[in-house]
Amino acid sequence: MTRVVIAGGGQAGSSAALKLRGLGFHGEIVLIGDEPIAPYQRPPLSKSYLLGKSAPDALLIRPVSLYRDKNIALRLGCRVDRILAQARRIETSTGGLGYDHLILATGAKPVRLDPSVGGALGNVFTVRTIEDIDRIAPLFQAGRRLLVVGGGYVGLEAAAVAAQSGLRVVLVEMADRILKRVASAETAAYFCALHARHGVRILESTAIRQLEGNGTAAYARLSDGEELAVDLVIVGIGVKPEVALANSAGLDVDDGIKVNEFGRTSSEGIWAAGDCASFPYRDKRIRLESVPHAIDHAETVAANICGAQRPYIASPWFWSDQFDVKLQIAGLNANYDRVVVRDAGRPGAASHWYFRGNTLLAVDAMNDARSYMIAKRLIASGLSPDPRSVGSPSTDLSHFLKSVAPARALQHCVPAAGADHDGAGSSSQA
Amino acid sequence: MPKIMFIAADGTTREVTASADQSLMEVALGAGVPGIVAECNGAAACATCHCYFDPAYAGYAGEIGEHENEMLDFTASERTADSRLSCQVHVVAEMEGMTVRLPSAQ
Repeated sequence: MTRVVIAGGGQAGSSAALKLRGLGFHGEIVLIGDEPIAPYQRPPLSKSYLLGKSAPDALLIRPVSLYRDKNIALRLGCRVDRILAQARRIETSTGGLGYDHLILATGAKPVRLDPSVGGALGNVFTVRTIEDIDRIAPLFQAGRRLLVVGGGYVGLEAAAVAAQSGLRVVLVEMADRILKRVASAETAAYFCALHARHGVRILESTAIRQLEGNGTAAYARLSDGEELAVDLVIVGIGVKPEVALANSAGLDVDDGIKVNEFGRTSSEGIWAAGDCASFPYRDKRIRLESVPHAIDHAETVAANICGAQRPYIASPWFWSDQFDVKLQIAGLNANYDRVVVRDAGRPGAASHWYFRGNTLLAVDAMNDARSYMIAKRLIASGLSPDPRSVGSPSTDLSHFLKSVAPARALQHCVPAAGADHDGAGSSSQA
Repeated sequence: MPKIMFIAADGTTREVTASADQSLMEVALGAGVPGIVAECNGAAACATCHCYFDPAYAGYAGEIGEHENEMLDFTASERTADSRLSCQVHVVAEMEGMTVRLPSAQ
Protein backbone atom coordinates (compact mmCIF):
# COMPACT_ATOMS: atom_id res chain seq x y z
CA MET A 1 0.00 0.00 0.00
CA THR A 2 1.25 3.46 -0.86
CA ARG A 3 2.31 5.42 2.18
CA VAL A 4 2.48 9.19 2.37
CA VAL A 5 4.40 10.53 5.34
CA ILE A 6 3.93 14.16 6.28
CA ALA A 7 6.67 15.76 8.35
CA GLY A 8 5.01 18.66 10.11
CA GLY A 9 1.81 18.93 12.10
CA GLY A 10 0.77 22.46 11.28
CA GLN A 11 -1.63 23.98 8.77
CA ALA A 12 0.12 22.67 5.65
CA GLY A 13 0.54 19.18 7.07
CA SER A 14 -3.08 18.96 8.11
CA SER A 15 -4.37 20.33 4.81
CA ALA A 16 -2.27 17.89 2.81
CA ALA A 17 -3.50 14.91 4.80
CA LEU A 18 -7.17 15.88 4.57
CA LYS A 19 -6.94 16.73 0.89
CA LEU A 20 -5.38 13.36 0.08
CA ARG A 21 -8.41 11.65 1.62
CA GLY A 22 -10.70 14.13 -0.06
CA LEU A 23 -9.25 13.18 -3.42
CA GLY A 24 -9.92 9.51 -2.73
CA PHE A 25 -6.40 8.46 -1.77
CA HIS A 26 -6.79 5.14 0.01
CA GLY A 27 -3.18 4.49 1.02
CA GLU A 28 -1.60 5.09 4.38
CA ILE A 29 -1.20 8.61 5.66
CA VAL A 30 1.05 9.32 8.64
CA LEU A 31 1.20 12.89 9.90
CA ILE A 32 4.11 13.59 12.24
CA GLY A 33 4.23 16.70 14.42
CA ASP A 34 6.77 17.63 17.08
CA GLU A 35 4.25 19.51 19.20
CA PRO A 36 2.15 17.32 21.52
CA ILE A 37 -1.07 18.76 20.11
CA ALA A 38 -3.05 17.92 16.97
CA PRO A 39 -2.69 20.51 14.17
CA TYR A 40 -3.98 23.85 15.33
CA GLN A 41 -4.47 27.38 14.00
CA ARG A 42 -1.74 29.86 14.84
CA PRO A 43 -3.48 33.17 14.01
CA PRO A 44 -5.70 33.09 17.11
CA LEU A 45 -2.67 32.59 19.37
CA SER A 46 -1.82 36.29 19.40
CA LYS A 47 -5.50 37.21 19.58
CA SER A 48 -8.34 35.29 21.15
CA TYR A 49 -6.17 32.62 22.78
CA LEU A 50 -3.94 35.20 24.44
CA LEU A 51 -7.06 37.01 25.59
CA GLY A 52 -8.18 33.80 27.23
CA LYS A 53 -11.24 33.61 24.99
CA SER A 54 -10.46 30.28 23.36
CA ALA A 55 -9.79 26.92 24.92
CA PRO A 56 -6.91 24.99 23.31
CA ASP A 57 -9.41 22.62 21.69
CA ALA A 58 -11.05 25.52 19.92
CA LEU A 59 -7.78 26.17 18.11
CA LEU A 60 -7.63 22.74 16.50
CA ILE A 61 -7.90 22.89 12.73
CA ARG A 62 -10.16 19.82 12.88
CA PRO A 63 -11.20 17.68 15.83
CA VAL A 64 -8.86 14.78 16.52
CA SER A 65 -11.73 12.40 15.85
CA LEU A 66 -11.87 13.52 12.23
CA TYR A 67 -8.31 12.35 11.54
CA ARG A 68 -9.24 9.02 13.11
CA ASP A 69 -12.41 8.78 11.03
CA LYS A 70 -10.38 9.45 7.89
CA ASN A 71 -7.67 6.99 8.84
CA ILE A 72 -4.95 9.60 9.12
CA ALA A 73 -2.44 8.43 11.70
CA LEU A 74 -1.25 11.25 13.94
CA ARG A 75 2.15 10.89 15.57
CA LEU A 76 2.27 13.84 17.94
CA GLY A 77 5.19 14.90 20.07
CA CYS A 78 7.36 13.08 17.56
CA ARG A 79 10.38 14.65 15.94
CA VAL A 80 11.72 13.69 12.51
CA ASP A 81 15.48 13.47 12.93
CA ARG A 82 16.74 12.42 9.54
CA ILE A 83 15.67 11.68 5.99
CA LEU A 84 17.35 8.76 4.23
CA ALA A 85 16.28 9.77 0.75
CA GLN A 86 17.83 6.86 -1.14
CA ALA A 87 16.10 4.36 1.09
CA ARG A 88 12.91 6.41 1.25
CA ARG A 89 12.97 6.25 5.02
CA ILE A 90 12.82 8.72 7.83
CA GLU A 91 14.21 8.35 11.33
CA THR A 92 12.16 9.81 14.13
CA SER A 93 12.33 10.15 17.89
CA THR A 94 9.89 7.23 18.12
CA GLY A 95 11.29 5.00 15.42
CA GLY A 96 11.95 4.79 11.69
CA LEU A 97 9.36 4.76 8.92
CA GLY A 98 9.47 4.07 5.21
CA TYR A 99 7.58 6.21 2.73
CA ASP A 100 6.53 6.32 -0.89
CA HIS A 101 6.00 10.05 -0.73
CA LEU A 102 7.32 12.42 1.92
CA ILE A 103 5.81 15.87 2.33
CA LEU A 104 7.96 18.34 4.24
CA ALA A 105 5.60 20.75 5.99
CA THR A 106 8.00 21.82 8.69
CA GLY A 107 6.94 25.43 8.81
CA ALA A 108 9.08 28.24 10.12
CA LYS A 109 10.72 29.19 13.37
CA PRO A 110 10.55 32.63 14.94
CA VAL A 111 13.74 34.68 14.93
CA ARG A 112 14.87 35.29 18.49
CA LEU A 113 16.66 38.24 20.00
CA ASP A 114 20.28 37.32 20.47
CA PRO A 115 21.16 36.12 23.99
CA SER A 116 23.91 38.74 24.11
CA VAL A 117 21.17 41.39 23.96
CA GLY A 118 19.06 39.58 26.54
CA GLY A 119 17.03 37.37 24.24
CA ALA A 120 17.33 34.36 26.56
CA LEU A 121 15.96 36.08 29.64
CA GLY A 122 13.00 34.35 31.22
CA ASN A 123 10.29 36.90 30.32
CA VAL A 124 11.27 37.33 26.68
CA PHE A 125 8.98 35.41 24.34
CA THR A 126 8.34 34.72 20.70
CA VAL A 127 4.81 33.89 19.63
CA ARG A 128 4.49 30.80 17.51
CA THR A 129 3.13 27.97 19.63
CA ILE A 130 0.44 27.31 22.19
CA GLU A 131 3.25 26.70 24.66
CA ASP A 132 4.57 30.23 24.05
CA ILE A 133 1.19 31.73 24.89
CA ASP A 134 0.71 29.46 27.91
CA ARG A 135 4.00 30.78 29.27
CA ILE A 136 3.12 34.40 28.49
CA ALA A 137 -0.36 34.24 30.01
CA PRO A 138 0.56 34.53 33.71
CA LEU A 139 2.54 37.69 32.96
CA PHE A 140 -0.20 39.11 30.79
CA GLN A 141 -2.00 41.18 33.42
CA ALA A 142 -3.53 44.64 33.41
CA GLY A 143 -1.04 47.24 34.52
CA ARG A 144 2.02 45.25 33.48
CA ARG A 145 4.50 46.86 31.13
CA LEU A 146 4.86 45.09 27.82
CA LEU A 147 7.66 45.79 25.39
CA VAL A 148 6.97 44.52 21.89
CA VAL A 149 10.00 44.17 19.67
CA GLY A 150 9.04 44.35 16.01
CA GLY A 151 6.39 46.26 14.12
CA GLY A 152 5.15 43.49 11.85
CA TYR A 153 1.80 41.72 12.14
CA VAL A 154 2.70 39.53 15.09
CA GLY A 155 4.03 42.48 17.09
CA LEU A 156 1.12 44.75 16.23
CA GLU A 157 -1.47 42.10 17.05
CA ALA A 158 0.18 41.34 20.37
CA ALA A 159 0.32 45.06 21.13
CA ALA A 160 -3.37 45.46 20.31
CA VAL A 161 -4.46 42.55 22.47
CA ALA A 162 -2.26 43.77 25.31
CA ALA A 163 -3.64 47.29 25.16
CA GLN A 164 -7.16 45.91 25.21
CA SER A 165 -6.22 43.90 28.28
CA GLY A 166 -4.98 46.95 30.14
CA LEU A 167 -1.25 46.42 29.80
CA ARG A 168 0.99 49.40 29.18
CA VAL A 169 2.52 48.83 25.78
CA VAL A 170 5.59 50.16 24.03
CA LEU A 171 6.45 48.79 20.59
CA VAL A 172 9.86 49.34 19.00
CA GLU A 173 10.54 48.98 15.31
CA MET A 174 14.04 49.12 13.89
CA ALA A 175 13.01 50.36 10.43
CA ASP A 176 11.76 53.86 9.82
CA ARG A 177 8.18 52.63 9.86
CA ILE A 178 6.16 49.67 11.05
CA LEU A 179 5.15 47.06 8.46
CA LYS A 180 8.09 48.25 6.36
CA ARG A 181 8.65 44.89 4.71
CA VAL A 182 5.05 44.34 3.76
CA ALA A 183 3.11 47.58 3.45
CA SER A 184 3.20 51.19 2.30
CA ALA A 185 3.78 54.33 4.31
CA GLU A 186 0.05 55.00 4.02
CA THR A 187 -0.86 51.69 5.63
CA ALA A 188 1.83 52.09 8.27
CA ALA A 189 0.47 55.53 9.12
CA TYR A 190 -3.05 54.16 9.42
CA PHE A 191 -1.96 51.54 11.95
CA CYS A 192 0.31 53.89 13.86
CA ALA A 193 -2.63 56.20 14.36
CA LEU A 194 -4.90 53.30 15.34
CA HIS A 195 -2.47 52.07 17.98
CA ALA A 196 -1.77 55.57 19.25
CA ARG A 197 -5.51 56.12 19.79
CA HIS A 198 -5.49 53.07 22.03
CA GLY A 199 -2.47 54.18 24.02
CA VAL A 200 0.18 51.99 22.42
CA ARG A 201 3.45 53.86 22.18
CA ILE A 202 5.14 53.03 18.88
CA LEU A 203 8.80 53.99 18.46
CA GLU A 204 10.04 53.70 14.88
CA SER A 205 13.73 53.82 13.91
CA THR A 206 14.39 52.38 17.34
CA ALA A 207 16.25 49.23 18.24
CA ILE A 208 16.90 47.34 21.45
CA ARG A 209 20.45 47.90 22.65
CA GLN A 210 20.13 45.68 25.71
CA LEU A 211 17.60 43.97 27.92
CA GLU A 212 18.87 44.04 31.49
CA GLY A 213 17.87 42.06 34.52
CA ASN A 214 18.70 39.10 36.68
CA GLY A 215 17.19 36.08 34.99
CA THR A 216 14.31 38.17 33.69
CA ALA A 217 14.38 41.48 31.86
CA ALA A 218 13.58 44.42 34.12
CA TYR A 219 14.81 47.22 31.87
CA ALA A 220 15.24 47.77 28.17
CA ARG A 221 17.89 50.15 26.93
CA LEU A 222 16.88 51.55 23.54
CA SER A 223 19.03 52.82 20.69
CA ASP A 224 17.93 56.39 21.37
CA GLY A 225 19.24 56.10 24.92
CA GLU A 226 15.87 55.77 26.61
CA GLU A 227 15.55 53.23 29.41
CA LEU A 228 12.20 51.49 29.81
CA ALA A 229 11.06 49.46 32.74
CA VAL A 230 9.51 46.21 31.48
CA ASP A 231 7.64 43.24 32.90
CA LEU A 232 7.24 41.24 29.70
CA VAL A 233 8.88 41.29 26.30
CA ILE A 234 7.28 39.85 23.17
CA VAL A 235 9.50 39.51 20.12
CA GLY A 236 8.02 39.50 16.63
CA ILE A 237 10.94 40.04 14.28
CA GLY A 238 10.26 37.49 11.62
CA VAL A 239 10.54 33.78 11.01
CA LYS A 240 13.02 31.54 9.27
CA PRO A 241 11.90 28.49 7.30
CA GLU A 242 12.69 25.18 8.98
CA VAL A 243 15.12 23.65 6.47
CA ALA A 244 17.45 21.65 8.73
CA LEU A 245 16.02 18.27 7.69
CA ALA A 246 16.15 19.18 4.02
CA ASN A 247 19.67 20.56 4.33
CA SER A 248 21.09 17.48 5.98
CA ALA A 249 19.39 15.29 3.39
CA GLY A 250 21.08 17.25 0.63
CA LEU A 251 17.91 18.79 -0.83
CA ASP A 252 18.18 22.10 -2.66
CA VAL A 253 17.46 24.97 -0.29
CA ASP A 254 17.00 28.59 -1.38
CA ASP A 255 15.22 30.77 1.17
CA GLY A 256 13.30 27.69 2.17
CA ILE A 257 13.12 24.18 0.81
CA LYS A 258 13.24 24.66 -2.94
CA VAL A 259 10.29 23.23 -4.82
CA ASN A 260 9.17 23.44 -8.42
CA GLU A 261 5.75 24.53 -9.60
CA PHE A 262 4.30 21.16 -8.59
CA GLY A 263 5.71 21.23 -5.09
CA ARG A 264 8.45 18.71 -5.76
CA THR A 265 11.83 19.14 -4.11
CA SER A 266 15.12 18.26 -5.79
CA SER A 267 14.78 14.74 -4.47
CA GLU A 268 12.44 12.22 -6.04
CA GLY A 269 9.48 11.38 -3.82
CA ILE A 270 9.99 14.35 -1.51
CA TRP A 271 7.66 17.33 -1.63
CA ALA A 272 7.38 20.49 0.43
CA ALA A 273 4.63 23.03 1.10
CA GLY A 274 3.79 26.05 3.23
CA ASP A 275 6.02 28.31 5.32
CA CYS A 276 9.06 26.07 4.86
CA ALA A 277 9.16 26.12 1.07
CA SER A 278 10.18 28.52 -1.68
CA PHE A 279 8.42 28.16 -5.02
CA PRO A 280 8.22 29.83 -8.42
CA TYR A 281 5.84 32.78 -8.67
CA ARG A 282 5.64 34.64 -11.99
CA ASP A 283 9.29 35.21 -12.86
CA LYS A 284 10.64 34.94 -9.33
CA ARG A 285 11.07 32.50 -6.48
CA ILE A 286 9.26 33.45 -3.31
CA ARG A 287 8.18 32.19 0.05
CA LEU A 288 4.78 33.17 1.43
CA GLU A 289 4.03 33.22 5.14
CA SER A 290 0.26 32.92 5.31
CA VAL A 291 -2.46 30.48 6.27
CA PRO A 292 -4.21 30.54 2.89
CA HIS A 293 -0.95 29.81 1.11
CA ALA A 294 -0.11 26.94 3.45
CA ILE A 295 -3.50 25.40 2.70
CA ASP A 296 -3.44 25.93 -1.06
CA HIS A 297 0.16 24.84 -1.48
CA ALA A 298 -0.36 21.70 0.59
CA GLU A 299 -3.56 20.84 -1.29
CA THR A 300 -1.75 21.27 -4.61
CA VAL A 301 0.95 18.86 -3.45
CA ALA A 302 -1.72 16.37 -2.37
CA ALA A 303 -3.37 16.64 -5.79
CA ASN A 304 -0.03 16.13 -7.51
CA ILE A 305 0.79 13.10 -5.41
CA CYS A 306 -2.48 11.76 -6.79
CA GLY A 307 -1.28 12.49 -10.32
CA ALA A 308 -2.96 15.81 -11.08
CA GLN A 309 0.13 17.57 -12.54
CA ARG A 310 -1.27 20.88 -11.38
CA PRO A 311 1.14 23.81 -11.10
CA TYR A 312 0.68 25.91 -8.01
CA ILE A 313 -0.33 29.44 -8.93
CA ALA A 314 -0.27 31.46 -5.75
CA SER A 315 -3.05 33.93 -5.17
CA PRO A 316 -1.56 35.73 -2.20
CA TRP A 317 -3.97 37.01 0.38
CA PHE A 318 -3.72 37.68 4.06
CA TRP A 319 -5.57 39.20 6.97
CA SER A 320 -4.72 40.77 10.35
CA ASP A 321 -7.06 41.79 13.16
CA GLN A 322 -6.01 44.68 15.39
CA PHE A 323 -8.49 46.34 17.77
CA ASP A 324 -11.70 46.79 15.80
CA VAL A 325 -9.93 46.88 12.48
CA LYS A 326 -9.82 44.02 10.06
CA LEU A 327 -6.96 44.42 7.59
CA GLN A 328 -7.40 42.31 4.46
CA ILE A 329 -4.64 42.14 1.89
CA ALA A 330 -4.73 40.74 -1.61
CA GLY A 331 -1.77 40.42 -3.98
CA LEU A 332 1.89 41.17 -3.51
CA ASN A 333 2.99 44.78 -3.63
CA ALA A 334 6.67 44.29 -4.48
CA ASN A 335 8.03 47.05 -6.73
CA TYR A 336 4.99 49.29 -6.50
CA ASP A 337 5.51 52.87 -7.59
CA ARG A 338 2.17 54.35 -6.60
CA VAL A 339 -0.39 53.94 -3.83
CA VAL A 340 -3.94 55.13 -4.41
CA VAL A 341 -5.91 55.83 -1.26
CA ARG A 342 -9.61 55.12 -1.44
CA ASP A 343 -11.90 56.44 1.26
CA ALA A 344 -14.74 54.01 1.95
CA GLY A 345 -16.98 56.76 3.26
CA ARG A 346 -17.13 55.37 6.80
CA PRO A 347 -14.86 56.46 9.64
CA GLY A 348 -11.73 54.33 9.70
CA ALA A 349 -12.64 52.45 6.53
CA ALA A 350 -10.23 52.80 3.63
CA SER A 351 -8.26 50.83 1.11
CA HIS A 352 -4.79 51.37 -0.30
CA TRP A 353 -4.26 50.19 -3.86
CA TYR A 354 -0.72 49.44 -5.03
CA PHE A 355 0.12 50.00 -8.68
CA ARG A 356 3.22 49.67 -10.79
CA GLY A 357 2.50 51.98 -13.67
CA ASN A 358 -1.09 51.12 -14.47
CA THR A 359 -0.87 47.54 -13.24
CA LEU A 360 -2.71 46.72 -10.03
CA LEU A 361 -0.44 44.70 -7.77
CA ALA A 362 -2.12 44.54 -4.38
CA VAL A 363 -4.60 46.10 -1.99
CA ASP A 364 -4.58 46.72 1.74
CA ALA A 365 -8.20 47.14 2.91
CA MET A 366 -9.03 48.31 6.40
CA ASN A 367 -12.63 47.58 7.46
CA ASP A 368 -13.48 47.66 3.78
CA ALA A 369 -14.33 44.12 2.81
CA ARG A 370 -16.02 45.27 -0.37
CA SER A 371 -12.86 46.85 -1.75
CA TYR A 372 -10.84 43.85 -0.68
CA MET A 373 -13.08 41.29 -2.34
CA ILE A 374 -13.30 43.27 -5.57
CA ALA A 375 -9.55 43.87 -5.65
CA LYS A 376 -8.85 40.20 -4.95
CA ARG A 377 -10.89 39.18 -7.97
CA LEU A 378 -9.29 41.81 -10.18
CA ILE A 379 -5.80 40.75 -9.17
CA ALA A 380 -6.58 37.07 -9.66
CA SER A 381 -7.92 37.89 -13.13
CA GLY A 382 -4.93 40.01 -14.04
CA LEU A 383 -7.13 43.09 -14.47
CA SER A 384 -6.16 46.61 -13.50
CA PRO A 385 -8.69 49.37 -12.93
CA ASP A 386 -7.73 52.93 -13.78
CA PRO A 387 -5.89 54.28 -10.72
CA ARG A 388 -7.70 57.59 -10.81
CA SER A 389 -11.13 55.94 -10.80
CA VAL A 390 -10.13 53.81 -7.85
CA GLY A 391 -9.23 56.87 -5.85
CA SER A 392 -12.48 58.63 -6.54
CA PRO A 393 -15.13 57.87 -3.88
CA SER A 394 -17.88 58.27 -6.44
CA THR A 395 -16.59 55.33 -8.47
CA ASP A 396 -18.55 52.15 -7.97
CA LEU A 397 -15.81 49.52 -7.82
CA SER A 398 -18.13 46.71 -8.85
CA HIS A 399 -18.14 48.29 -12.29
CA PHE A 400 -14.63 46.87 -12.78
CA LEU A 401 -15.86 43.38 -12.14
CA LYS A 402 -17.86 43.35 -15.33
CA SER A 403 -14.74 42.35 -17.23
CA VAL A 404 -13.90 39.62 -14.77
CA ALA A 405 -14.71 36.02 -15.63
CA PRO A 406 -17.85 35.01 -13.74
CA ALA A 407 -17.31 33.96 -10.15
CA ARG A 408 -17.75 30.31 -11.13
CA ALA A 409 -14.32 30.28 -12.75
CA LEU A 410 -12.66 31.13 -9.48
CA GLN A 411 -14.70 28.89 -7.26
CA HIS A 412 -14.06 25.83 -5.28
CA CYS A 413 -16.03 22.94 -6.66
CA VAL A 414 -18.32 21.40 -4.10
CA PRO A 415 -18.43 17.68 -4.71
CA ALA A 416 -21.46 15.56 -5.45
CA ALA A 417 -22.82 13.09 -2.93
CA GLY A 418 -20.61 10.09 -2.29
CA ALA A 419 -17.35 11.94 -2.78
CA ASP A 420 -15.64 12.52 0.49
CA HIS A 421 -13.97 15.86 -0.08
CA ASP A 422 -12.64 18.37 2.33
CA GLY A 423 -12.12 21.70 0.64
CA ALA A 424 -12.04 20.14 -2.78
CA GLY A 425 -11.26 21.93 -5.96
CA SER A 426 -8.61 24.26 -7.20
CA SER A 427 -8.91 26.83 -4.46
CA SER A 428 -7.81 30.38 -5.03
CA GLN A 429 -6.22 29.82 -8.38
CA ALA A 430 -6.85 32.18 -11.21
CA MET B 1 -26.59 19.66 22.15
CA PRO B 2 -28.99 20.51 19.30
CA LYS B 3 -29.30 18.31 16.26
CA ILE B 4 -28.80 20.28 13.07
CA MET B 5 -29.50 19.01 9.57
CA PHE B 6 -27.11 20.06 6.82
CA ILE B 7 -28.47 19.80 3.29
CA ALA B 8 -25.99 19.91 0.42
CA ALA B 9 -26.81 21.53 -2.89
CA ASP B 10 -27.44 18.13 -4.45
CA GLY B 11 -29.97 17.28 -1.76
CA THR B 12 -27.91 14.91 0.36
CA THR B 13 -28.53 15.38 4.06
CA ARG B 14 -26.36 14.96 7.11
CA GLU B 15 -27.59 15.32 10.67
CA VAL B 16 -25.00 16.47 13.18
CA THR B 17 -25.19 16.92 16.92
CA ALA B 18 -23.71 20.32 17.68
CA SER B 19 -22.31 21.81 20.85
CA ALA B 20 -23.47 25.19 22.03
CA ASP B 21 -20.89 27.90 21.38
CA GLN B 22 -19.40 26.21 18.37
CA SER B 23 -19.88 28.10 15.15
CA LEU B 24 -21.92 26.41 12.45
CA MET B 25 -18.73 26.28 10.42
CA GLU B 26 -16.95 24.35 13.17
CA VAL B 27 -19.90 21.97 13.42
CA ALA B 28 -19.80 21.27 9.69
CA LEU B 29 -16.03 20.91 9.44
CA GLY B 30 -15.78 18.79 12.55
CA ALA B 31 -18.31 16.34 11.16
CA GLY B 32 -16.69 16.29 7.73
CA VAL B 33 -19.77 17.75 6.03
CA PRO B 34 -18.74 18.59 2.46
CA GLY B 35 -19.71 21.99 1.10
CA ILE B 36 -17.99 24.31 3.59
CA VAL B 37 -14.45 25.28 2.66
CA ALA B 38 -13.54 27.90 5.30
CA GLU B 39 -10.17 28.93 3.91
CA CYS B 40 -9.53 31.29 6.79
CA ASN B 41 -10.66 28.87 9.51
CA GLY B 42 -13.32 31.25 10.81
CA ALA B 43 -11.73 34.69 10.74
CA ALA B 44 -14.46 36.15 8.47
CA ALA B 45 -11.74 36.85 5.92
CA CYS B 46 -12.65 34.59 2.99
CA ALA B 47 -16.43 34.11 2.49
CA THR B 48 -16.01 30.40 1.69
CA CYS B 49 -18.10 29.18 4.61
CA HIS B 50 -21.30 30.56 3.09
CA CYS B 51 -24.52 28.85 4.11
CA TYR B 52 -28.26 29.40 3.80
CA PHE B 53 -29.68 29.59 7.28
CA ASP B 54 -33.08 28.15 8.17
CA PRO B 55 -35.43 31.14 8.09
CA ALA B 56 -37.62 29.59 10.80
CA TYR B 57 -34.68 29.96 13.20
CA ALA B 58 -33.39 33.29 11.95
CA GLY B 59 -33.98 34.94 15.31
CA TYR B 60 -31.32 32.75 16.92
CA ALA B 61 -28.57 33.45 14.39
CA GLY B 62 -27.57 36.83 15.69
CA GLU B 63 -27.45 40.00 13.64
CA ILE B 64 -25.35 40.23 10.51
CA GLY B 65 -22.48 42.61 11.27
CA GLU B 66 -21.30 45.22 8.84
CA HIS B 67 -18.19 43.28 7.84
CA GLU B 68 -20.06 40.01 7.36
CA ASN B 69 -22.64 41.87 5.33
CA GLU B 70 -20.00 43.13 2.90
CA MET B 71 -18.33 39.75 2.62
CA LEU B 72 -21.67 38.11 1.83
CA ASP B 73 -21.98 40.23 -1.31
CA PHE B 74 -19.05 38.30 -2.72
CA THR B 75 -19.90 34.71 -2.09
CA ALA B 76 -19.38 32.34 -4.99
CA SER B 77 -23.01 31.25 -4.87
CA GLU B 78 -25.92 33.63 -4.99
CA ARG B 79 -26.63 35.65 -1.89
CA THR B 80 -30.18 35.33 -0.58
CA ALA B 81 -32.03 36.67 2.44
CA ASP B 82 -30.95 33.50 4.27
CA SER B 83 -27.24 33.86 3.51
CA ARG B 84 -24.82 33.84 6.43
CA LEU B 85 -21.12 33.20 6.91
CA SER B 86 -21.36 30.04 8.97
CA CYS B 87 -18.29 31.03 10.98
CA GLN B 88 -20.24 33.98 12.36
CA VAL B 89 -23.27 32.04 13.56
CA HIS B 90 -22.98 30.39 16.94
CA VAL B 91 -24.93 27.34 17.96
CA VAL B 92 -27.53 27.72 20.69
CA ALA B 93 -29.77 25.06 22.18
CA GLU B 94 -32.82 26.56 20.47
CA MET B 95 -31.39 25.50 17.11
CA GLU B 96 -32.59 21.94 17.77
CA GLY B 97 -34.09 20.56 14.59
CA MET B 98 -32.82 23.37 12.40
CA THR B 99 -31.81 23.00 8.75
CA VAL B 100 -28.80 24.60 7.13
CA ARG B 101 -28.53 24.53 3.35
CA LEU B 102 -25.13 24.60 1.70
CA PRO B 103 -24.41 26.31 -1.60
CA SER B 104 -23.19 24.62 -4.76
CA ALA B 105 -19.91 26.49 -4.73
CA GLN B 106 -17.68 28.34 -2.30
